[in-house]
Amino acid sequence: MRFDTIIIGGGLSSLVCGIKLQKAGVKCLIVSAGQNALHFSSGTFGLLGKLPDGTEVREPMRSMSFLPEGHPYSKIGVDKMSEYVAEVPAFFESCGVRLHSAPLSGEGGFPVNGYRLTPLGTLKPCWLAMEDVTLLQSKDDIPWSKALIVNFSGFLDFNAGFIAEGLGRKGVECRVENVTIEGVENLRRNPTEMRSVGIARVMTKENDWKEFGSKVRELSSGEDLVILPEVFGLGDPVIVQWLREMIPGEVMFVGTMPPSVPGIRAQMRLKKAFEAAGGTFLSGDTAENPSVEGGLVTSVHTVNLGELRLSADNYVLASGHLFGKGLEATPSKVIEPVFGLDTDFPTDRSSWCDEDFFAQQGYDGFGVICDESFRPFIDGKRVDNLFVCGSEVGGCNSLYEGSGAGVAIMTAMSVADSILAGK
Amino acid sequence: MQEKNVSFNNFEQCIKCTICTAYCPVVAVNPFYPGPKQAGPDGERLRLKNKFFFDENLKYCMNCKRCEVACPSGVKIADLIHSARRRFAREIPDLRDRVLANTDFMGKFARPFAPVVNSVVASKPVKAFMDVMMDIDRERTFPKYQGKGFTRWFKKEAADSQSSYSKQIAFFHGCSTEFQHPEVGKAFVQVMNAVGFGVKLIDEECCGVAMISNGLWNQARRHAEHNTKVFRKTVGEGLPIVGVSSTCVFTMRDEYPDVLDVDNSDVRDSITMVEKFLFEKVDSGEVKLVFKEDYRARIAYHCPCHNEKLGWGIFTKALVGMIPGVSLTVLDSNCCGMAGTYGFKKENYKYSQEIGRPLFEQIKSLAPDFVCCECETCKWQIEMSTGYTVLNPIVILADALDLEATAKAN
Ligand SMILES: Cc1cc2nc3c(=O)[nH]c(=O)nc-3n(C[C@H](O)[C@H](O)[C@H](O)COP(=O)(O)OP(=O)(O)OC[C@H]3O[C@@H](n4cnc5c(N)ncnc54)[C@H](O)[C@@H]3O)c2cc1C
Ligand code: SF4
Ligand code: SF4
Repeated sequence: MRFDTIIIGGGLSSLVCGIKLQKAGVKCLIVSAGQNALHFSSGTFGLLGKLPDGTEVREPMRSMSFLPEGHPYSKIGVDKMSEYVAEVPAFFESCGVRLHSAPLSGEGGFPVNGYRLTPLGTLKPCWLAMEDVTLLQSKDDIPWSKALIVNFSGFLDFNAGFIAEGLGRKGVECRVENVTIEGVENLRRNPTEMRSVGIARVMTKENDWKEFGSKVRELSSGEDLVILPEVFGLGDPVIVQWLREMIPGEVMFVGTMPPSVPGIRAQMRLKKAFEAAGGTFLSGDTAENPSVEGGLVTSVHTVNLGELRLSADNYVLASGHLFGKGLEATPSKVIEPVFGLDTDFPTDRSSWCDEDFFAQQGYDGFGVICDESFRPFIDGKRVDNLFVCGSEVGGCNSLYEGSGAGVAIMTAMSVADSILAGK
Repeated sequence: MQEKNVSFNNFEQCIKCTICTAYCPVVAVNPFYPGPKQAGPDGERLRLKNKFFFDENLKYCMNCKRCEVACPSGVKIADLIHSARRRFAREIPDLRDRVLANTDFMGKFARPFAPVVNSVVASKPVKAFMDVMMDIDRERTFPKYQGKGFTRWFKKEAADSQSSYSKQIAFFHGCSTEFQHPEVGKAFVQVMNAVGFGVKLIDEECCGVAMISNGLWNQARRHAEHNTKVFRKTVGEGLPIVGVSSTCVFTMRDEYPDVLDVDNSDVRDSITMVEKFLFEKVDSGEVKLVFKEDYRARIAYHCPCHNEKLGWGIFTKALVGMIPGVSLTVLDSNCCGMAGTYGFKKENYKYSQEIGRPLFEQIKSLAPDFVCCECETCKWQIEMSTGYTVLNPIVILADALDLEATAKAN
């Protein structure tokens, strides 16, 4: 079966690349082994929150020149980066994913990092946020004095106590309340299934979210901030807006333990946009067994399609990091399992991870070695019609820098442009 | 070390992300169902300690496999659930479940009396009786049994000419082609003959899917063993086994080894769907299709859950999409709620309709000429719930192909 481009992986990076190509008339196939990192997303996209040396970043575009040469952003270059950064909100809007940011900077109209409240009650920088998330303009100055934090009785994946403690340290007086909604109580039959998506499903029903909204309204007594778990608007985020109108004060939705409701919603909408543009998406199938001849990929196979050869002019590998199984760690080395591409990792295994969970982790920096246009190498020899994008690309510690989604999106746009330019 | 420590159906690969539960259609509507994570990997851990932890509510799983398609860690969740049911279920299938499970027996029994049976099971008092006495929901209409089955037609009308083709395939027609939809089998023979393949019937038995879902394990296993033996002989003669129902094909490829413990590794790759078979032949240039010039249809394609799990919906999409004059819309991935005999049961009826609702609404809003689908129970559910006709892709192809011109071209 022939396509113009075959993309391996079904996450943020592959979908952005696929949608961009498909909309430009390139016939794409996406092969996706299982769901992806978007399901763990906080509902925000980071572009750059910290430099590798730990310096905090306010305006990501102004910090690009401080990034090392091998960083994916440095490979794309400041001009292209600015172009893509400006393009992203409209790109996602056209796929049904509305994103907002902190006000752009006066000079140059570049993005300025906003801050989101984390489930641990701390503030983290980010670039763009989905509808659920309220962005603050400063990390230190919280514009509210009294907060009401409301949880569902028995929902353990949203820790109101942590949030209250974190905000308390910043001088916000917090009150925690639980509400009981009959439809949600049903979920408690199976304590382990009282999870974000279960509640979110109940909260798509008008009676139930309205009951929740009015209970919160009754509970509030003059608080200027109301914090709720991110379990609303699974199908349609308009419910998030309606709750904001219904409840007095600023209503802020804060992330739960995975799966992430805004993340799932974004994933479903991006996949739909890709298919609506004419793309073919193979769910639950794994790419394997490629043929590479003379520096070119000539075909791949998948587990489900067996003998059938899938071929294309170009191939994109966006199969994720260690987490997405795009990379695999063995006791002595890190491999890319589909093509056996050359990877970058320190030979000293003790530097792979730090026992402090929140410290900069060595493994975060592992990745596939690529040239300036994200073409990878096998045994030092470049593969000319294969491109790598997303968290699989080496050269950065994206969890530490807060650049995960940014790298996924920027590299995807850059790869799509290279493919379009070669057409 | 870790690599050697892999258990039956790999439940320890689970990272507890709950993504499976997010995509399970049953847990979304039925509060009694514990959900794939709890029913599968979490429950397995406990069940291995003590079978006392087995939860009878696992019977609510429709085996649609959507959890497995979504799982980022490749856990065989539904296989865990059904092999647990096989090993531990205490509830004994009752008369209703036995009746529903025996699609072939019911068919053989009903056929001679087809006109009588059809009108009897369609009559109000009988439906009310089945509802009260047998817990088969009275809103359901039984698919009509055809007086003259597919194999009788085949023997009379088609069998003699089959040996004149130099290339041969074995056809697994399945129960619904035999008893309810012989037109699917006729279309299959027409198309295969036109592209130059003779059709051979084999000594098949019901694939057993309904026995698996109704807990008739021993019977299902016997069928699996019988069919696998027949396939072995067929493959030995160099014939592939081609089917028209995605559920039969999926069951015979994957449920036999994973749930029923019947090793089919030597024949599994030879069991295929007609759409995949045809597409590969067309793609390699071995077969040419010539379509009628005046064929026009607006078609909506529903990919059944089991075909989604097989990953083969693209073949149907590609083949039907080749027909000039067809505008094809692929419906959003959504379970129809029927899942074989599941939706027939009174206790499931309400959930079954709720699960399928988004699909029904999408079909109604598209208002296609008809719906295309490889699964007969999806067909019954969609036809009953939307009023739109559902056609098997092979029936569409037989209709759209210029069979004579195709025969000449091959
Ligand atoms: C837990 C977690 C939370 C995160 N939270 C945030 C956040 O809040 N904000 C932010 O900006 N960034 C976040 N990130 C980082 C960022 O979201 C991810 O890096 C980004 O989404 C990665 O997208 P991707 O497409 O590169 O890879 P992934 O999303 O990992 O997708 C890889 C895909 O490839 C598939 N795959 C793998 N191998 C194969 C194969 N052989 N064949 C077919 N398919 C295959 C996988 O199944 C998967 O679908 C987070 C990352 C993680 C891991
Ligand atoms: S999706 Fe897979 S890994 Fe996640 S909880 Fe379910 S079985 Fe476990
Ligand atoms: S097979 Fe279907 S019904 Fe059963 S647990 Fe998985 S998703 Fe749910």
